[in-house]
Amino acid sequence: MEDIAILGVGMHPWGKWGRNFVEYGTFAARRALEDAQIDWSEVGFISGAITVRCGYPGYVAGSTMARALGFNGTQVASSYAACASGATALSVARGQILSGACDVALVVGADTTPDGFLAPNDGVRTDDTDWLRFHMVGATNPVYFGLHARRRMEMYGATQEDFALVKVKNSKHAVFNENARFNKEYELEDVYASPVVSDPLRLLEICTTSDGGAAVVVSSLDYAKSLGVDNPVRVSAIALNTPTYPDPLIDLPYLATDSSANTVPNEIGFKESIGQHVYEEAGVGPEDVDVAEVYDLASSMELDWYEQLGFCQPGEAETLLRDGSTSIGGRIPVNPSGGLGAFGEAVPAQAIAQVCELNWQLSQRAGKRQVKGARIGITANQGLFGHGSSVLLRR
Amino acid sequence: MIKDTKIEVPAVEGFFTIEQEAHLIGGRYKKSGSYCFPKNLGGSDPNFSEDEIEEVLLSRVGKIWSYTNSAYPPPPPFIAAEPYEPIVIAAVELEEEKMVILGQVVNGYSVEDLSVGMQVEVKVGTLYEDSEYRYLTWMWKPLSEEQKQDKN
Repeated sequence: MEDIAILGVGMHPWGKWGRNFVEYGTFAARRALEDAQIDWSEVGFISGAITVRCGYPGYVAGSTMARALGFNGTQVASSYAACASGATALSVARGQILSGACDVALVVGADTTPDGFLAPNDGVRTDDTDWLRFHMVGATNPVYFGLHARRRMEMYGATQEDFALVKVKNSKHAVFNENARFNKEYELEDVYASPVVSDPLRLLEICTTSDGGAAVVVSSLDYAKSLGVDNPVRVSAIALNTPTYPDPLIDLPYLATDSSANTVPNEIGFKESIGQHVYEEAGVGPEDVDVAEVYDLASSMELDWYEQLGFCQPGEAETLLRDGSTSIGGRIPVNPSGGLGAFGEAVPAQAIAQVCELNWQLSQRAGKRQVKGARIGITANQGLFGHGSSVLLRR
Repeated sequence: MIKDTKIEVPAVEGFFTIEQEAHLIGGRYKKSGSYCFPKNLGGSDPNFSEDEIEEVLLSRVGKIWSYTNSAYPPPPPFIAAEPYEPIVIAAVELEEEKMVILGQVVNGYSVEDLSVGMQVEVKVGTLYEDSEYRYLTWMWKPLSEEQKQDKN
């Protein structure tokens, strides 16, 4: 598939601002339009990432943002794929551009998130596995993170210190990011001093819920050229994978895995398939990647992604972390933005925020957190109910 | 201990049998021979279109795949006891069904008491209660030494 150009990106700083999500979205959109030097009237398509926590305006996020920016008859769509919503919205925009339906598209996501655990919608829904896992088991999101972290300890000898070191590393990156909610540099003892949430994971290792917004302006390569942008950061591939039956790994929000009784699971696991898809589509391999933004809902999950994206073999992630490879200045810096650990979840915005960060990195505009000479970057993300997503960018 | 007169009911019908030797109620796909839990909420094998599901009792005993706890009370629709005691949760692998099923671990166990590979059986335990009813869910309980002997 052909590449598209990123003309500009923008974010509203993550935090706990308690204001209308539309404010964050339009702020991010205006920064992205400014960055692109594009007027709103030139945008042919607005692609909104949906929030389910802000009522009806959130369900129709695309038109809500369009109205706030000023209704002008532009084409609109809204996408929901839980935490992968932003990548889905980007993919919809890419389809519009590559089909010739528009030249320029604005992709935007924003959220105002309540405190505490993310929980299912109200009501009694005994045929909804998301409701059932809370009601019948008490399986919160951190419970699933804890299960996989413990499994990692059992399989590969990972330690709680390894998990804590991920937080320490990413906090050192976040210090240089004005959009991150937490800019504090944490040390091991800070992590150890925070209470256990779901054994073996502690509070500082589990991402919180935040308010925030992110936006990207994309166009065809020809249109970018017509603006005098000859060497833009390009979106080279997008993955929106579902798993392959039977998926043998327990994942939220399910109460059980598929059964492998009569069908052998695919050799490539679900998360591995996400990276594989973008590598194939872009014609590159993990060895070509200079920088990555991965979905670290828990510190232990970042280690899993090193392997799932092919940066090392299974069981080698702790070595990669400890030898500094994934720190800024290392071979393959991961989460130079600080990651979700420093941002917190603003569900529809976070996959777009990853693209913003990689755009800054690949255009050498990331300031003190710049990964030197970065040319190829990958994001990884996963939405509840089998939405795997990844975006590969290059310059 | 004097047993109170509360009536015991499943918190949601159709997930397990209430008896001394409790079983989880799952589904079995007639053509593919695969299983799911809960019945009717499982994924489908794409190679067996419109496969029918029959209700089956799943294996009672499995091995811990992993385990954790929830140090803080989960939000509604979980109904947390007051004062809240951290619940312990295990993901358990059933050998015949080749699947992993989540569940709370029965009261009295902490994560320190558990290990990956440990044998556990399905029990029924109290999820929450009111003045009249005791609402039940399925729970995993580590096998005693005697039970392990019996199995060998």
